[in-house]
Amino acid sequence: MARGMIGVLDWIVDKLSRGKHGLRHQTVLKVGLVIVIAFLIMTVLAQYSWLTPYSPTKYRDAPRLEGPSIHHWMGTDQLKRDVFSRIISGGKASIIVAFGAVALSMTIGSILGWISGFVGGFLDRSLSLTMDAIYSFPSMILAIVLVAMFGAGLGPMILAVGFVYIPTYFRVTRAEVLQVKETTYIEAARAVGVSSVRIVLRHVAPNTVNAIMAVSSFNLADAILTVAALSFLGFGLPPPLPDWGYDIQNGQKFLQSGSWWLITFPGLMIIALSLGFGLIGEGISDLVNPKRKRKKV
Amino acid sequence: MGGITRYALQRLLLTIPMLLILLTLVFLILRVMPGDPVAAMLGGRNVSPQLMDEYRHKMGVDRPIPVQYIEYLGDIVRGDFGDSFSTSKPVVSEIFLRFPATLELAFFGLLFSWIFGFGTGLLAAVRVDRPIDHVVRIFHIGSFAMPLFWLGLMLQVIFAVKLGWFPVATRIGGRIAFTFQSKTGFYLLDAILSGNGKVILDVAKHLVLPSVTLGFAQAGLLGRMTRASMLEVLDADYVTTARAKGLKERIVVLRHALRNALIPIVTVFGLQFAILMGGAVLTETVFSWPGIASFLVRSIEARDWPAIQGAIVFIAIFISVINLAVDIAYSFIDPRVRY
Repeated sequence: MARGMIGVLDWIVDKLSRGKHGLRHQTVLKVGLVIVIAFLIMTVLAQYSWLTPYSPTKYRDAPRLEGPSIHHWMGTDQLKRDVFSRIISGGKASIIVAFGAVALSMTIGSILGWISGFVGGFLDRSLSLTMDAIYSFPSMILAIVLVAMFGAGLGPMILAVGFVYIPTYFRVTRAEVLQVKETTYIEAARAVGVSSVRIVLRHVAPNTVNAIMAVSSFNLADAILTVAALSFLGFGLPPPLPDWGYDIQNGQKFLQSGSWWLITFPGLMIIALSLGFGLIGEGISDLVNPKRKRKKV
Repeated sequence: MGGITRYALQRLLLTIPMLLILLTLVFLILRVMPGDPVAAMLGGRNVSPQLMDEYRHKMGVDRPIPVQYIEYLGDIVRGDFGDSFSTSKPVVSEIFLRFPATLELAFFGLLFSWIFGFGTGLLAAVRVDRPIDHVVRIFHIGSFAMPLFWLGLMLQVIFAVKLGWFPVATRIGGRIAFTFQSKTGFYLLDAILSGNGKVILDVAKHLVLPSVTLGFAQAGLLGRMTRASMLEVLDADYVTTARAKGLKERIVVLRHALRNALIPIVTVFGLQFAILMGGAVLTETVFSWPGIASFLVRSIEARDWPAIQGAIVFIAIFISVINLAVDIAYSFIDPRVRY
C-alpha cells in the first residue's frame, strides 16, 4: 500500500517536473503531497462516518470534559462529544473554503493581471493602484470585515477570503506579462496579425502558469490559517458542526480549568494541513525555479 | 537630500488615492451588505418602527448613499471621523484611547521577531548543512503554518495556567490596576516613569506572552530571509577578502556580512507591519488586549459603521506612513539607493 502510494507520488512529481530537470528526489514536495492527500481522504471518509469512532455531533453517554483515555483518545468536550471524532471530520470547511477561495482569486486575479499588463495605459495604472491599496492592507482584517458583512457560512467565507487574495495573483501575472510582452515572439505574433485576445490566451497566459502554481500552494497554506482564524472569531460554520477553528474557540472557555486537549488537537490538525500545502509550495518553487534551490556553500 | 524630499512628497500624494480606494470599498460594503446598524444597536429589543426611523435619521443613515459618502469624505478631510454608534463618542478619541496598547504590543512583537529571527537565521547560515541548520529550517517553515490564536492559547495553557509564570491575559494585574494611572497609554513607559518596581514587573510580565505570540510568525519569515541573504553574502568577494586579511570570524560575520545581508530584509519591514496588524486582531482577542484591532472586531459585530471606517482608515494611514519611513530609511542604510 505504502509502496504503491510512493509510486503514484513519483509519477506525479515526474509529471510536474516533466523529467527535464532530473529532479526526481523532491522529498519536500512528496511529503507535502502525502500530508495533503491524506487529509483529503480522511476528511471525505469522515463525512460518511467511516473513520470516526463516535458521532462528532451527537451527545453520548460519556463523561464530560474528560482528558484523553483509552475510550476517548483525545478526550471529550463539555457536551460529551468525542474530540478525536470531531477533529477528524472538522477539516471540511477549511478545505472547501481554501480551495474555493484560491480558485476564485486565481481566476479573477490572473485575468485582471493579464489584461492590465497587456493593455497598459490608464487601465493598468488605475487597476494597479486599486490592487496595491488592497494588498497593503492587513489581509486578515479585510477578510474579517468582509465575512462579517457577507454573513457566516461557506459561501461568504469563500468570497471574503478569495477577495483578499486577488491582488496577489494580479501582481504575479502582471509582472510576468510585462516581461513576456517585450519578447520577440509576441512581436512576431503581432506582426502576423494575431488578435490581442489570442495573443493573451495562447502566448502570454501559458507563460504565467508556473508562477501562479507556486503562489497558489502558499496561498492555500495561508487560506487554511485564515479560515481557522475566521471560525475562531465566530464567523465560520454554525455551531453543532465540527470545525477546528470553532472547536478551539469553544475550548478556550475551559482553558482556565486546564482542559488542554480541547484546543491542542484541533490546532495540530490546522498546523499539519497548512504545513502540507506550504511544503508543496516549497517543492514547486524549487521545480519551476531551479536557481532558487539552496546553494551549497 | 532634495531627491529624498521630492520622493517622500510624491509617495505621500500617491497614498491619498490608495486610502480613498480602501475607504470607498469599505464604505460601500458596509452599506450594500445586509446588517442594519440600528437593529444591531438596539440588540433585538422590540422597538416601534417609528422609533427605528427616528434613530436612523439621527445617525444619518437614512439618506441616499452618495450624499452620505460625500459628507463623510468632507468630514474626514477635516479630521472628523464621526461619532461611534455604540458609545456616541467621537471615533477619533476612541481610536486614540486604544492605539497605544496596540503600538506597545506591536513594538515588543517586532522586537521578539527580530531577536529570534535574526538570531536563528544567522545561526543557520553560519552552520549551514549541519544539524542545527536543519532544525532551524524546519522551525522556519513550521512557523508559517502556525495559527497565531492557537499559539497564544497554548502559551496561556502552559505558561499561565500550568506553570503560573505569566498572567493569562489583559495588560495589567487587577490589584495594581486599581492604583495605576496611565498618562501616555503606554503602560510599560508609565510604569517605568512611576519608578515602582512591582508595577514595572507586573506590566512587563503581561507583555511577554502576547509579544511572543504576535512576533512568532514574523520570526520565521525574518529568519528564513536572514539565512538566505547571509548565505549569499558569505560567498561575496569582500567577505573572502576580510577573511584573507586575517580578521576574526566573528568580526567577518557580524560586521562585514550581516550588515550587508540585512539590506534586503529591511525592505520587507513595511509589508511585515501589515501582517503584524493582521496578527494583532487575533492576539488582542486571545489576550483580551484592549487595542485598536480588538476594537475593530467588536465594532464589526455591533455594525458600528463610523467606528469600522475610522479604524480601517487609521490602520491604513499608519501602515502607509511606516512604509514611507522604511523607504526613506532604506536610502540611508544602502547609500547606493538614490531617489
